[in-house]
Amino acid sequence: MVGYHIKKALLYIALIILAAACMFPFLLMMVNATRSGSDIVTGFTLIPGKYLIENYRTTFKFFNMFKGMWNSLLVAVPATILSAYFSTMTAYGLAFYKFKGNSIVFGAILVFMMIPGQLSMIGFYQLVSKLHMVDTYWPLILPAIAAPGTVFFLRQYIQSSLSPSLIEAARIDGAMEIYSFHRIVIPIVSPALATMMIMGFIGNWNNYLMPMIILNTPSKLTLPVMMATMRASTDINSNYGAIYFAVAISIVPILIVFVCFSKYIISSISAGAVKE
Amino acid sequence: MAGLRKRSKITAYNDWGYLFVAPFVIVFLIFSVYPVLRTLYLSFTDLKVMGKSNFIGLDNYIRCAKDKFFWSALWNTVKIWVVNIVLQLGLAFLLMMVFSDVKYKMKGLKVFRLIYYLPNLIAATSISFLFKTLLDWRFGSFNIMLKAIYSFFGQTYNPINWIGEPNIAGNVVAVIQAWMWFGNSFLMLMAGVQGVSTDYFEAAAIDGAGRWTIFGKITLPLIKPIMEYVAITSLIGGLQMFDLPFLMIEKTNTAYNHVETVMMYLYKFGFTAGTQRTGYASAVAYMLFLIILVVSIVQLKLFQDKE
Repeated sequence: MVGYHIKKALLYIALIILAAACMFPFLLMMVNATRSGSDIVTGFTLIPGKYLIENYRTTFKFFNMFKGMWNSLLVAVPATILSAYFSTMTAYGLAFYKFKGNSIVFGAILVFMMIPGQLSMIGFYQLVSKLHMVDTYWPLILPAIAAPGTVFFLRQYIQSSLSPSLIEAARIDGAMEIYSFHRIVIPIVSPALATMMIMGFIGNWNNYLMPMIILNTPSKLTLPVMMATMRASTDINSNYGAIYFAVAISIVPILIVFVCFSKYIISSISAGAVKE
Repeated sequence: MAGLRKRSKITAYNDWGYLFVAPFVIVFLIFSVYPVLRTLYLSFTDLKVMGKSNFIGLDNYIRCAKDKFFWSALWNTVKIWVVNIVLQLGLAFLLMMVFSDVKYKMKGLKVFRLIYYLPNLIAATSISFLFKTLLDWRFGSFNIMLKAIYSFFGQTYNPINWIGEPNIAGNVVAVIQAWMWFGNSFLMLMAGVQGVSTDYFEAAAIDGAGRWTIFGKITLPLIKPIMEYVAITSLIGGLQMFDLPFLMIEKTNTAYNHVETVMMYLYKFGFTAGTQRTGYASAVAYMLFLIILVVSIVQLKLFQDKE
């Protein structure tokens, strides 16, 4: 029995060490964001310094990260809302109505869930430049209307949680189909929709490759792309405190989202795993 | 008469389906289907950037298959992926074993899984800059910390150039990638285990089944489909690895040629001014797709054979 307790304690210690490994880099980042560049390169400590304001000045002299956050919001919020609304609409259409081509659309969704993004990247850029949409947010927002993975997930959810009798009852009462969609379908899928929206928002917010290819005016860059331009600033690169500060600022919004919605985030991954 | 009218009404209702699906289909055709086909078409042309192009058949594919830099990029990607996946799935699997163990009944799953998942949420750009700075061989806090620890024990530490040494840099990228993703894999495996009622485990325990029997006979079969899913998605994701190595290892870095992934190779020809050859880059995209396809089919077959 003593062996049992010792082993259990050892397991807990291992789990805690792993948890520390997950948080330690972020802790170092927070501490270093408050220290001066010359302190950081000469010594190691976990005691915060007094250079927070100084690092803020150096960083924001090169770029305005709040503008980057605002730009990221301008892309991520509409993309998330459009994706949620139209994915629910498509999923409902596919799950509830028997029409010609239903199975073709669903088949195409399955195929495109398997196709890696790089296959469309070059053709996509060519299309965007033909439409004169380079350096605008449209190519980052509009494609969100057609999100195969989200549609697939919501279609499964609607099939298992929406009873046809509800819609039929509404029909007898004379309700238009679109009215039923807004008043019956959307409220019923809202728990699944919430998780999809949070994950969609985080994905959009963190997206790097596509915005980097599409955007080029510095004042239009989203936060991750703006962050990457940091490589060009000698002021920041010669001051490690400023680098840590910039990284810390870029992480804060996602940390807030995580603290508020962790329940949804965790359940969305579990749901995805069981569904697949 | 009445029956006929009823049927036509049902068809009329079903016509609403077109309306509900229409926005998706239109946007899907324009922004997903067309670009994929356009890339395929371009892969048979000699298009440089913009302007005129000629149809050159399979020349791009042949050139790609002959380019040793393409294969070295693929080899780099595979090397990074293997280290990454072994760590990521191995760790997730161990954690799943610990938390589903019937003997120890570990507590705190909710807190631990939140912490383990945390790195997965942060943008790869931020992670790249954070580790690039932490791991700098001269000024990075990681080496300075190691130096302090070594000197505490009266030893001297020769700073390791984590992201500049050709033999080390790829592994460092792989470890960071695993650090970002093991929590995600762990959550998925746990979801598989928890999908089953605990009665199963208790009944087995009452029947006198040992914990290893329970693990082998109940837990493993339960999570097998999820293991397959995680393995395949992480393979597809792994072969497309870009953000982390692209941002951490710069062109001037001596380790660059050992860390350049297929996606970085594609980016070089698709989007980098100076080296841009759109037709060739399109062929590279399809080469990568074919490789991913073949490997996923092989992987699926392997999983099936074991059944």
